[in-house]
Amino acid sequence: MRDVAIVGIGQTPVGELWDKSLRHLGHDAIVAAMQDAGIETADALYVGNMLSGELGGQEHLATLLADFVGLRGIEAAKIEAACASGAAAMRVGIMAVASGMADVVIVAGVEKMTDTLPHETTAGLALAADQEYEVAEGATFLALNAMLMRRYMYEYRVPHSAFAPFPVNAHKNAQGNPNAMFPMAISVERYINAPVVAPPINVMDSSPICDGAAAVVLVPADRAKEYGQGKRIVRVAASVSATDTLAVHDRRDPLFLEAAYLSSHRAYTLAGLTPKDIDFFELHDAFSIMSVLSLEACGFAPRGQGTALGESGAIALDGELPITTMGGLKARGHPVGATGIYQIVEVVQQLRGEAGTNQLKHAHVGMAQNIGGSGATIITHILVGED
Amino acid sequence: MSPHSFTHAEYLAHLQNHVLAASRCQNCGELYLPPRPLCRRCFAQDMRWEELSGRGELVAFTVVHIVPSAMLEAGYDQDRPYVSGLVRLEEGPTISALITGVDAHHPETIRVGSQVRVVFPRGDQDPGPAPLVFEVVSES
Ligand SMILES: [Zn+2]
Repeated sequence: MRDVAIVGIGQTPVGELWDKSLRHLGHDAIVAAMQDAGIETADALYVGNMLSGELGGQEHLATLLADFVGLRGIEAAKIEAACASGAAAMRVGIMAVASGMADVVIVAGVEKMTDTLPHETTAGLALAADQEYEVAEGATFLALNAMLMRRYMYEYRVPHSAFAPFPVNAHKNAQGNPNAMFPMAISVERYINAPVVAPPINVMDSSPICDGAAAVVLVPADRAKEYGQGKRIVRVAASVSATDTLAVHDRRDPLFLEAAYLSSHRAYTLAGLTPKDIDFFELHDAFSIMSVLSLEACGFAPRGQGTALGESGAIALDGELPITTMGGLKARGHPVGATGIYQIVEVVQQLRGEAGTNQLKHAHVGMAQNIGGSGATIITHILVGED
Repeated sequence: MSPHSFTHAEYLAHLQNHVLAASRCQNCGELYLPPRPLCRRCFAQDMRWEELSGRGELVAFTVVHIVPSAMLEAGYDQDRPYVSGLVRLEEGPTISALITGVDAHHPETIRVGSQVRVVFPRGDQDPGPAPLVFEVVSES
């Protein structure tokens, strides 16, 4: 296997982008990544997307995008793994380059969620859950996360306010990200008093419905210097995907994200690292509870202590383990199938020193984790900035 | 029994006959609700249907205001929400279900740990979009 490097990144602003269709969003991100890498063609395009068929009536998306960005003739395929579609596409791209079956690969994540009515988008997102035994009984994606948060508060006797540091930190960091959907600070009081959407989850616990696209360019690490116009080369140190039961009720302990444990710990082993070596972590804060469960399963906090890690200040830009450094899913936005690629793009920005006012002082090893469904597919990437 | 049995359709047929049924592995004894044809513990395919008591405990719950299309068609919406929950049966398995016997407009009155029991639609009732319903019978 060959080492793989990321030599180009691109992204669109995240938001309600009614004037741009799916193909234009994909176009903007892909062209930006190709220009950043200094390439005019590629061997393959893999596209992470969850809902183009369900909400937009458009499948065969990767082939459409390949032609639209002037790459007709190359290999193209869409990869779907619910909200983890972006990272799943990333992993396919890495496998293609690592195996030697392709040399230059573009991986994009694209999603459009705001052109449909709320109940249609809700039904679309619920496709990530077990249709026969969860959704048919009235459970939605939001409802399942709300039940996890309720159970967490019950088992660990944690008040709802203990989750405040996560959205507060995400919104603070989004202020330094020109592509973020909600670049404004929120106070703890505003969090506590936010309207409840599915108790105990309130608006400020929830990532927004939005549109967006992001893309990266992958090449073999030993040829990375030929691309990227002298920017710091970022090497993929580990890429690991793991699964759990699709239905939350089928897990022996729903408060332990076993797939997060498996993918992160296998990634640490592959990279020869421990949690202490991770300089920052772009985690999947689709809901505040997911941040806490992820931090615990990945070994950054003991069971039941995830909220305490937030309260300690460790998750801030100047803390021991900065998270959601560009706003996370909560404040940058969560265009579901694109999110996994936004996370990778943001880790590369930090490793290159291109994160602007949010630049971390110490950024050599970054981790990104993308979660599909309520923890059923979890994909962890560890990226390292080369000297 | 055939490994192609224990389908969702068979499970629903049991519910219509007022039976909450799970599949039990005849090799290792593991009990599955939802039913499965293949044991994920010992990989045996020798399952039998087993009727459950229908009694359990509310493990977690929420109130659903932003309802999916099927529930919208059934008359639920922002102003007419329903309670969705996880129920752990006294036989062991946990399952997602619609929860009744509680006030969806006052979630602060609903308690994790409450005792619940399965309720089947009466013959003259439309079973509705959520086939499995548990009623809270007493608080924890
Ligand atoms: Zn068995």
